[in-house]
Amino acid sequence: MSTLEIKDLHASVNGTEILKGLSLSVPKGEVHAMMGPNGSGKSTLAKVMAGHQDYEVGSGDVFLDGKSLLEMDVDERSREGLFLAFQYPAEIPGVSNANFLRAARQARLPDGEEIDAVAFYQEMYDKMAKLGIDKKFTGRSVNEGFSGGEKKRNEVLQMMMLEPKYAVLDETDSGLDIDALKIVAQGVNAMRSEERGFLVITHYQRLLEHIVPDHVHVLNEGRIIRSGPKELALELEEKGYDWLKEGELVKS
Amino acid sequence: MSTDLNSRNTIEIDREEANFHYDVKYKHDAGMGLSEDTIDYIANVKGEEQWITDFRKKALGVFYKKKMPTHWASEDLNSINFDEIRYYLSAGEAPKRSWDDVPDEMKETFERLGIPEKERSFLAGVEAQFDSEAAYSNVKDAVAEQGVIFVNSSEGLAEHADIFRKWFGKVIPTGDNKFSALNSAVFSGGSFIYVPPGVKVKHPLQAYFRINSEQFGQFERTLIIVDEGAELTYMEGCTAPKFETTTLHSAVVELVAMKDAKIQYITVQNWSANVFNLVTKRGLAHENAEVRWIDCNIGSRLTMKYPGVVMKGAGARGEVISIALANDGQHQDTGAKMIHAADNTTSNVVSKSISVGEGRSTYRGQVHIPKHLKGCKNNTECDALLINSKSRTDTYPAITVRGNKHSTQHEASVSQVSEEQIFYMKQRGLSEAEAMSLSVNGFVNDLVREFPMEYSVELKRLIDLEMEGSVG
Ligand SMILES: Nc1ncnc2c1ncn2[C@@H]1O[C@H](COP(=O)(O)OP(=O)(O)O)[C@@H](O)[C@H]1O
Ligand SMILES: [Mg+2]
Repeated sequence: MSTLEIKDLHASVNGTEILKGLSLSVPKGEVHAMMGPNGSGKSTLAKVMAGHQDYEVGSGDVFLDGKSLLEMDVDERSREGLFLAFQYPAEIPGVSNANFLRAARQARLPDGEEIDAVAFYQEMYDKMAKLGIDKKFTGRSVNEGFSGGEKKRNEVLQMMMLEPKYAVLDETDSGLDIDALKIVAQGVNAMRSEERGFLVITHYQRLLEHIVPDHVHVLNEGRIIRSGPKELALELEEKGYDWLKEGELVKS
Repeated sequence: MSTDLNSRNTIEIDREEANFHYDVKYKHDAGMGLSEDTIDYIANVKGEEQWITDFRKKALGVFYKKKMPTHWASEDLNSINFDEIRYYLSAGEAPKRSWDDVPDEMKETFERLGIPEKERSFLAGVEAQFDSEAAYSNVKDAVAEQGVIFVNSSEGLAEHADIFRKWFGKVIPTGDNKFSALNSAVFSGGSFIYVPPGVKVKHPLQAYFRINSEQFGQFERTLIIVDEGAELTYMEGCTAPKFETTTLHSAVVELVAMKDAKIQYITVQNWSANVFNLVTKRGLAHENAEVRWIDCNIGSRLTMKYPGVVMKGAGARGEVISIALANDGQHQDTGAKMIHAADNTTSNVVSKSISVGEGRSTYRGQVHIPKHLKGCKNNTECDALLINSKSRTDTYPAITVRGNKHSTQHEASVSQVSEEQIFYMKQRGLSEAEAMSLSVNGFVNDLVREFPMEYSVELKRLIDLEMEGSVG
């Protein structure tokens, strides 16, 4: 029950099927890496799970601790415990980072209950410090004018503040230099626990040196074509994806 | 730290809160349609002096002659059927000085809208108009003792004719536009305020305009004179229930700030979607005086309103700060008029509009600085926020500056809240309405800070309700 379970998921965009029967189970306490060539459907998977309106689910289901997510609206899924760190985070002009986080936290409280503002700010400043984010970012509009790396750190900050049950990180390493990558990885590692599952989407094995996964999956053309231990990532780095794609051809 | 404009529990309030009306037995009803008889009826009920009736009839002629401004504003103006509007409705009683004496259904109306409560907590005086006439009007003793006059327009005309007549129609002449002419013909209600020299009224005076009846036109007329070195903040709030038929609200507001005086006029209107809101507002600022309009337009089918300041004395200042929110099926056509008529006068216009869904916002600005003056300054900023792609926004700034001894600055921006942004916010757990409210509140935040506290809270709540309504 304590897993994020994707069952035979088919999804399409503008009539083209992108996910073609994808199954995956991420139990709490584990970190799963999802690798795959550009265009294989990694971001599509993340957005379908989050409930993006552009994607149509043909069949299959996604369960969060046994509850079907597909029945829920986007915000309900979030409050249920699903977090998506976006590959391309949106910019929200006029809404300060602090107010945004505060609203997101407030949205998780029962009606009539107010968040403790002092404790909230303290927690936010602490977490920002861990991620090396300057205090002045609290007053800046969400992601507006942020560099690629600043946006990614901000995604991780949001994850740390919202403490989801399951986090899907979509190419959180892209746009980060090696120092920033280490900081972000530290942030994620600090959140690893028996109470939380991660699906880390990445194109490169570099990130996985710092966030060591329990399992690695390879996605190609909307299907998982190989799953294995963390060493699989290294093998991929050496041999490239074609090695697996060929294997897939031979098998089928 | 930026002020917090997001608290979730305020969004839960019933968005229909102003949507109720009572079946009131009106003693006086001028009936449907507009003619000289309508004017005679009103004049007779009010027992007005002849010069006022003559003024009204002359204005009616001007109204007939003036063309509907459909060519530059909106074709939708043609949907107003002047024959199917009632121009005067009243219970035939003088405004009460105590809420206990106000007829039950009117008292209940204003209680439901929270007026007596606000009066107790932070206002210096209140006038509450129900359809054509004030049901309640009172100013706190301490303020009255300073010589401040705060009555409705009929009472002002009857009892303070000397001051009233001196300024009446002088800031906004009858023929300024078709709707100022209409108001001049059939005006009823509105406030007359006089603040004597040097008196700084500490707390705001508030007027509340409530439309209760269908197929009705409300034509209040407000004249505020703040004498030398005196200061006043005045606020008006307006609501009407939702009716199937058209309702018309067409006010004229004239402000006179004498030398060194300061007037701040704050409007928070929340009209329902069938109200045509066509209002003319202008202030006259004498030497070193300041007139400041803070104008929040939420709701209505079509609002046309361009508050203005004529800076007549050297060193005078004029300011318009406006927020307009156009939801589906609504058109906010708003702006500002700054007429510099003396040296070293300064004007500032900050306009923010929000268009949601099919909502449409238009900004029309006019800044006029003639050649013979020197040292005049204008700053104009208009920012538009579009929430989803169907929204529409237009900006028509007309800045006429002659001569080179002046400084002007103009900035405009348009930003979007796209579906991707909403998706992003929802992924963090905010409902669609919360996401939109957060964007809108963030967008207007710096202007809302200019408001007295009680009103910024109210405005924030209205925005939440409006966003809640727009996602249905
Ligand atoms: N909104 C969309 N409209 C059209 N095609 C899309 C859309 N989103 C994704 N696709 C297509 O789906 C495929 C998978 O894309 P994506 O999930 O972004 O891949 P990845 O993240 O693995 O690089 C690509 O061929 C991409 O062009
Ligand atoms: Mg991707």
